[in-house]
Amino acid sequence: MSLTSNDVHKIAHLARIAVNNSPDDTEQDEISTWLAQLNNILGLIEQMQATETNDIEPMAHAHNLKLRLREDCITETDHREEFQAIAPEVEAGLYLVPKVIE
Amino acid sequence: MLNYSLNELSGLLKSRKISSVELTQSYLKRIDSLNPKINAYITVNPEASLKQAAEADIRLARGQIQPLTGIPIAQKDIFCAKGWKTTCGSKMLSNFVAPYDAHIIECFNNVGAIMLGRTNMDEFAMGSSNETSFFGPVHNPWDLSAVPGGSSGGSAAAVAARMAPAATGTDTGGSIRQPAALCGITGIKPTYGLVSRYGLVAYASSLDQAGPMGRTAEDCAILLNTMAGFDPRDSTSINRPSEDYVQSLSAPLQGLKIGLPKEYFTAGLSAEIAQSIEVACEVLRREGAEIQEISLPNSPVAIPAYYVLASAEASSNLERYDGVRYGYRAKKYKDLVDMYKKTRAQGFGPEVKRRIMIGTYVLSAGYYDAYYIKAQKLRRLIANDFSNAFDKVDVILGPTSPQPAFNLGERSNDPVSMYLSDIYTIAVNLAGLPGLSLPAGFSGNGRPIGMQLIGNYFDEARLLNIAHRYQQVTDWHQREPSL
Repeated sequence: MSLTSNDVHKIAHLARIAVNNSPDDTEQDEISTWLAQLNNILGLIEQMQATETNDIEPMAHAHNLKLRLREDCITETDHREEFQAIAPEVEAGLYLVPKVIE
Repeated sequence: MLNYSLNELSGLLKSRKISSVELTQSYLKRIDSLNPKINAYITVNPEASLKQAAEADIRLARGQIQPLTGIPIAQKDIFCAKGWKTTCGSKMLSNFVAPYDAHIIECFNNVGAIMLGRTNMDEFAMGSSNETSFFGPVHNPWDLSAVPGGSSGGSAAAVAARMAPAATGTDTGGSIRQPAALCGITGIKPTYGLVSRYGLVAYASSLDQAGPMGRTAEDCAILLNTMAGFDPRDSTSINRPSEDYVQSLSAPLQGLKIGLPKEYFTAGLSAEIAQSIEVACEVLRREGAEIQEISLPNSPVAIPAYYVLASAEASSNLERYDGVRYGYRAKKYKDLVDMYKKTRAQGFGPEVKRRIMIGTYVLSAGYYDAYYIKAQKLRRLIANDFSNAFDKVDVILGPTSPQPAFNLGERSNDPVSMYLSDIYTIAVNLAGLPGLSLPAGFSGNGRPIGMQLIGNYFDEARLLNIAHRYQQVTDWHQREPSL
């Protein structure tokens, strides 16, 4: 199965990646580059279908791990200032983003 | 001094023939002269390194000596280290100074090792040539027109060029072993869960594993002794008794059963590499090993399954780069969604975007079973292949990479041909097994050839033992590039 330009637009939107960013690329050019490359990769991925996998249990991890439980006690101290010191924009201990509610 | 093993360096430090400050200075000087050519380091901070070295000298004077005390180690720029820029090879994190230490950084700090610098890498560890780094490609010390491999290309080049006594790497699909092979050094990807992932910038969490890169198996064993161990902050860290990987290095190989997977020795493999492995088999036979052919029938689907699973995990892991809490943020945007989109479009390079988009697609509604679940089922079949093989043999031997180092630029415009460079390493990550690459010869044009040993779960000691015995009777690992 091959992707279309519309699919690439949709995927880029879902992935929150702008597609017409580079100033010397027109949007259409960027989309067609992605389209060709992603279709090549999907062509490689398609090789999976040649192997029969009925009744095979999917494997998520190397080990059959159970999630551990720990004592219900405080393990982290307050790092707000250190963490906010590296943020793009903060004010009064809050992260700033463009207005989302009118 | 630049050719001494970790053990020899430790001896010199212990007997006070050199100080850690002097040792660190000589490596910083070497980096200063060679980095403009090789680009193995993204960040060096002589002041911070020498401060650590002075502290190590105080420890040494007090007789508080552990095997790595006072020894400078190059760290891949993927491990958060407090106060150090941790870029992961990306514009997205080009201004990110980590507010905490990764588990393995703590491990090295605790024994008094020195942070020598931060090594270059493919962006977010996605690549097999180090060409996707925002900070420019690394050049292979054996031939500056060749790639060093990736993603831990900076670490491999630094060790090969004697710009570090040893280094660390991470390996999601071959990122320790393939650059080790292409640069003529030794590197081991441990069993998934042996080394904590806490503070390791995530790419594909069910596959990522950190490990040592050094000139010899012995150096890797010393590093692994420091890096391995249970850490409750990583939910996949395995709680098991610790091992001494140095102790068993010299054990005889008498009766060792080695399997050669017939699927690894086909038309895709360079004849020079196949021949080097044949010669290595002879050496191992003389050491007492028995060699037989085995089969890993599902090998051909490892790459397609990997690019579904790793891309899916990457698309989810890299959602965190939104320009809000840390890292790069676009300068101009209309609204919140536009800020996310522009930040990510400007902050990520093309390979990272490709994998995020593939991952987004394979996880999207309607395709999940056909891609993601299918790939997880193939992952099971691949793990079963290894499990069947280990019923017959103790370890598996094969090539690390299908060809020696290729030229810079040769594959950078063709993602699929780049992906095929990891054809022999990827299945090991899918199964979660340990794999080691060690030098086994040189190609006609003077580029290193590596071979790979694959072990059963937690069989690192045996892999290091075999590699060490091999290195006692061969000298490929002692060859030095002329720079």
